[in-house]
Amino acid sequence: MNAPAIRELSYAQAIQEALAQAMDADPRVFLMGEDIGVYGGAFQVTGDLVHRYGEDRVMDTPIAELGAAGVAVGAALAGCRPVFEFQFSDFSALALEQIVNQAAKIRFMLGGKVSVPLVMRFPAGSGTGAAAQHSQSLEAWLAHVPGLKVIQPSTPYDIKGMLLAAIDDPDPVMVFEHKLLYKMKGDVPAEPYRVPIGKAIVRRAGTGISIVATSIMVHRALEAAEILSGEGIDAEVIDLRTLRPIDTATIIASVKKTGRLACVYEGVKTLGMGAEISAMIAESEAFDYLDAPILRLGGAEAPIPYNPVLEKASVPQTEVIVARVRDLLQGRI
Amino acid sequence: MNVQARREADPTNQRPFYRQFQPEALQDALRRMYLIRRFEEGAEDSYMRGLIHGTMHLSIGQEASAVGSCMHLRKTDYITSTHRGHGHCIAKGADPKLMFAEFFGKEEGYCRGRGGSMHIADVESGNLGANGIVAGGIPIAVGAALAIKKQKRDDVAVSFFGDGASNEGAFHEALNMASIWKLPVVFVCENNKYGMSVSTERSMAVEHVADRAAGYRMPGVIVDGNRIEDVSEAVMEATARARAGEGPSLIECKTYRIRGHSKSDRNRYRSKEEIEEWAAKDPIRHFELELIARGILDEAQVDTIRAAAEQEIAEAIDFAREGTDPTPDEVTRDVYTVDLA
Amino acid sequence: MPIEVILPKVDMDMAAGTISRWLVKDGDRVKKGATIFEIETDKSTMEVEAPGDGTIGRISAEVGAVVPVGVAVAFIFGEGEDVGAIRLPTEAPTAKTQDAPKPQPVAIMPATNGDSSKPRATPLARRIARAHGLELAALAGSGPRGRIRAEDVQQHLSTPAPEAKAPPAADSDLIPIDTMRRTIAERLVFSKTTVPHFYLGAACDVERLLKLRQEINAVEGLPKLSVNDFVVKALALALRQVPEANASWSDAGIQRHRSVDVSVAVAVEGGLFTPVVRAVEAKPLGQIAAEIKTLADRAKARKLLPSDYAGGTTTVSNLGMYGVESFAAIINPPQATILAVGAATRQPVVAGDEIRIGTRMECTLSCDHRVVDGAVGAQLLAAFRSLIEQPLRLLV
Repeated sequence: MNAPAIRELSYAQAIQEALAQAMDADPRVFLMGEDIGVYGGAFQVTGDLVHRYGEDRVMDTPIAELGAAGVAVGAALAGCRPVFEFQFSDFSALALEQIVNQAAKIRFMLGGKVSVPLVMRFPAGSGTGAAAQHSQSLEAWLAHVPGLKVIQPSTPYDIKGMLLAAIDDPDPVMVFEHKLLYKMKGDVPAEPYRVPIGKAIVRRAGTGISIVATSIMVHRALEAAEILSGEGIDAEVIDLRTLRPIDTATIIASVKKTGRLACVYEGVKTLGMGAEISAMIAESEAFDYLDAPILRLGGAEAPIPYNPVLEKASVPQTEVIVARVRDLLQGRI
Repeated sequence: MNVQARREADPTNQRPFYRQFQPEALQDALRRMYLIRRFEEGAEDSYMRGLIHGTMHLSIGQEASAVGSCMHLRKTDYITSTHRGHGHCIAKGADPKLMFAEFFGKEEGYCRGRGGSMHIADVESGNLGANGIVAGGIPIAVGAALAIKKQKRDDVAVSFFGDGASNEGAFHEALNMASIWKLPVVFVCENNKYGMSVSTERSMAVEHVADRAAGYRMPGVIVDGNRIEDVSEAVMEATARARAGEGPSLIECKTYRIRGHSKSDRNRYRSKEEIEEWAAKDPIRHFELELIARGILDEAQVDTIRAAAEQEIAEAIDFAREGTDPTPDEVTRDVYTVDLA
Repeated sequence: MPIEVILPKVDMDMAAGTISRWLVKDGDRVKKGATIFEIETDKSTMEVEAPGDGTIGRISAEVGAVVPVGVAVAFIFGEGEDVGAIRLPTEAPTAKTQDAPKPQPVAIMPATNGDSSKPRATPLARRIARAHGLELAALAGSGPRGRIRAEDVQQHLSTPAPEAKAPPAADSDLIPIDTMRRTIAERLVFSKTTVPHFYLGAACDVERLLKLRQEINAVEGLPKLSVNDFVVKALALALRQVPEANASWSDAGIQRHRSVDVSVAVAVEGGLFTPVVRAVEAKPLGQIAAEIKTLADRAKARKLLPSDYAGGTTTVSNLGMYGVESFAAIINPPQATILAVGAATRQPVVAGDEIRIGTRMECTLSCDHRVVDGAVGAQLLAAFRSLIEQPLRLLV
């Protein structure tokens, strides 16, 4: 019996399958991170991979994010293809030196003589009650650094395809995975496939407004669009998927069509994805097609709170997206 | 380890260093030390003439640790280097012409003018990069050693760093990992007594950087960093250990930078006497005298080597001055392997 | 009290003006309405008239000075008024001279944001308005804080410029202004105040036309045609012959239209619409008649789609059915022409050396002088007249 070509997998299972297939295909690929071995990873993403691939390829590191990130950079320089798991994206702060000053710049500083084929995975986002130091969405930090690529796949299908594309990529790719997505299920082909980095996708076509969203906000935007369609508001939802390099063409084309733009993202609103997309549109040919102010719906200007009511209030929720888009379409903004 | 005692024990050429290396290799080591010295002097001169922009960190006085360490290395072995990295680069086999071209910011330079003084590296010769971040290269060397182990090679990675770097978290994390995974890496600390202006006495809780090796269960060796044979013998043992799969070592080379930290240093934190005292312990002069005393070279041959080094550096500077400036439209070149634009 | 002579706002988005010429000097006697100075704007030179009688004095802005709108540049003094009693702003406008070009503008320019006269509009609304040569200031915005949105511009463009004057109010009841009325008002004001109209009249001999129409309408199975259907077709063919007139003014340039799309004024309760018959020149009369009927029915039922009234390159307004002999209509911007058609009346006409009874229909062509000069307008009217007087040419 052949395995069915397409099964339903969770987002976490899709990651695990991508990691396994990458290791099957390329002996240079190995995984490193804290508690990714017998523990199976903080979010059980690596699961039992250590039993299948051994401790050499599924390496537990000491709790030493900076040093371990540097080890990953060095291994990548010397011919390996490390896939590095952070337990929480918040801990990237401990390793920024190696990510920002080393991984992102070595190729450039050495005049293009080397590449750093490194993948780093960051479980991100709020909604788990993990409070201020385990809930952040810091993707914009890293997206600000030339030399890095930053992706935020939003579906099981995309995470598998984009992770495999990231592992193929000769340059460092930062993968932000929203923790609430790990259990989300979706159709995933069994065989390896690639979803290109740097290409957004229109998840829902519409004419009234372009909603550009990332990660879990794609799903909230889609829910909001469904509700709004009952009110005669026809929203187009674009899943940005890649924060660097940004697929500007897809967004410009959409805004030229709809004349309105909303950006929905979990990272702190100020100086985040929405700022970039808004400014990009304002600079683009789509400017002349805008028929309403641009709307940004991002995280609150506060650390993520512990209290569940506050936690919810600190990032965009479906009802808020509905209300704000409705206000915009009905001329109240 | 008593440096003096070691030398007295070797009145003739019985030391491993002199037994291991043929006269040609020893002469070449001296040549490289001279190349480093003249490179640094040429760099300083170019700076003062306004021929280059930016600052630089000169390793005059530290030539023995660079050359002594790299004498044991193959082309497939790696080094990671520091902001004071010109010497390591030359010691590992780089061409001063292409280094000066980089120093002058030219397309012909090792990094096509994108790296400059602080990042000059000849990747082809196994140099994974000079690093502007203190301790930045240490975990990278450990990673390269991890790759060597995974690839089942018997190469080693040598990480150069200063005393200041040993106070960074990255140093401790990297040494710990190298040790638990028994990686083929040699940590070569060039302890020149100051992290910029702060002395090791004021910045370190232990007396010697090598004392820190105990915390990571690896050998910690102290050598006179101004004596190439001392450095070389310690590195010889460490690389042998590494290649045999026995894990990392830490070697502390006690040395001194004769010049300031960078060109903006006004030497307010150390005395003239101290600088002169160390200048008298010039590693090049020491090595010359040893070679002459041991009958490996005579004065005339030393003069020839020195003159050849001077000539090579002069030509390198001329080559660099004639180099091509990168064009502004290529500012984003090599940020990514495949240009995103 | 001396009368203030200010630098007036003479252009839509004008915040300041440059005085290009003074025609009077201090001490000159002026009469109200006399030109006293000229100002230069982006587009033209405008004459400014004396706001009252008296003696001019205290001229404070020299030629070349950039003066913010509303600032006093002189005063007119009555008999016995003291010239010295006027206090001037400390920063008086001074001339830009060749020698000292540095301290140029004079008083502080008002910021263009805030409550400035610049209309608040979305980029898309601006873009559409630009394409139609439309001044945004003539529009009312339906968005927050009066922001003009694309929808407002579209609606504006699709609403006709009404020709009929509102009947004079019998008493002074206040009638609330609905959207249609407001739009009509705004567009008329905009057209009449910004489009330089001129008018050309012709009394067309419609004997043959009426006869032909009678014959056609008598034939079973042929569509029933109105005089207006012939007029619409004739105007379209005439514009085909004089394509320079089938055009619109815009800041970017004169837009010459390829097809002739004729807006037809349809009176409805409380106002009027101008649905558009497209590419009239290429359509047979029967089709034109049918389309006009459908559009008129839809207009009366208020069921016109935006696409029914968007665009149009000229308009026909026919008040003949009300017995109006002749009238002149206001252009429906950005169109450059409108044809006002009166009733066909029996009247004495001179034929050779004798007077006989003929049938004449008075037509008045209004032209936007920015696009259509007198001669071009005359050619157009002559072409129209020739077609309407030889109506068989409208059939083949």
